[in-house]
Amino acid sequence: MAVIFTDLSVGQELASTTLRLNRADLVRYAGASGDLNPIHWNDRFATEVGLPGVIAHGMLTMGAAVQLVTEWIGDPTAILDYQTRFAAMVPVPDPAGSNPAGAEGAELTIVAAVGKLDAAASTARVDLTVTLGEEKVLTKAQALVRVAAA
Amino acid sequence: MSVNAALQGTSYPPAPAYAVGREKIREFALAVKATHPVHLDVEAARAAGHADLVAPPTFAVVIAQKAEAAYIQDPASGIDFSRVVHADERFTHYRPIVAGDEITATVTVDRARAAGTGGMVTTRTELVDAAGQPVTTVLSTLLVRGEE
Repeated sequence: MAVIFTDLSVGQELASTTLRLNRADLVRYAGASGDLNPIHWNDRFATEVGLPGVIAHGMLTMGAAVQLVTEWIGDPTAILDYQTRFAAMVPVPDPAGSNPAGAEGAELTIVAAVGKLDAAASTARVDLTVTLGEEKVLTKAQALVRVAAA
Repeated sequence: MSVNAALQGTSYPPAPAYAVGREKIREFALAVKATHPVHLDVEAARAAGHADLVAPPTFAVVIAQKAEAAYIQDPASGIDFSRVVHADERFTHYRPIVAGDEITATVTVDRARAAGTGGMVTTRTELVDAAGQPVTTVLSTLLVRGEE
């Protein structure tokens, strides 16, 4: 169903989803993005630099979270601007006895809501709330989206 | 070592043009769990009016981070990469990035602030196409943790 600007109101919740990231997801993102920082794939190194263990790339969380906006609007090129602050780490567990490629991993909750509307430009600012348990992982996660006027 | 504030305002010569490939777009889309057909299926991308596969909204980071390396790895920057924490990121798209694009990225140090043995830096990377037309602006802020 096509999204129409006049159907939107500030504060309206648009969509929500669950995102799971396991160690294999981190390795895949490291390779695809070229971000080979070992804090994202080597526990020993991560621990030695003071982290609780391997953590997800902030850019992986940012990149995967926006998929919810793409699904809602139905067109990734409608996303004109997308920004976030990285507020908290996402430690990715590696449970004993699990296959890292099949483990459930860290479970993030993502909610998209209308933050602001601009009728003249026919754009909506979609605010993403991304949480790990009770903790906000991303803050000021905002996608500016072009919406059909009618 | 601490962040060298004197580099604020500096632009680095652009890295060689980045050739955007179909398989790289598919690989990146898979990695960020982006499933829209315009990222994966050339016919679907063309049917939607694009010249070729369309990159996901954060793909520009691949090109920007290569370019940012000129600054981050510059010994004069004073940045200890092992102590870097990503603070924020922003993409402003003027048009979609599609397979076949040749993108040139120029990095400017918008802000460089020292704090103790670390500091905070914001880079602005301007991505332009082969015709010199703007494609995307990438803003990235890194926090460099000081030594305890």
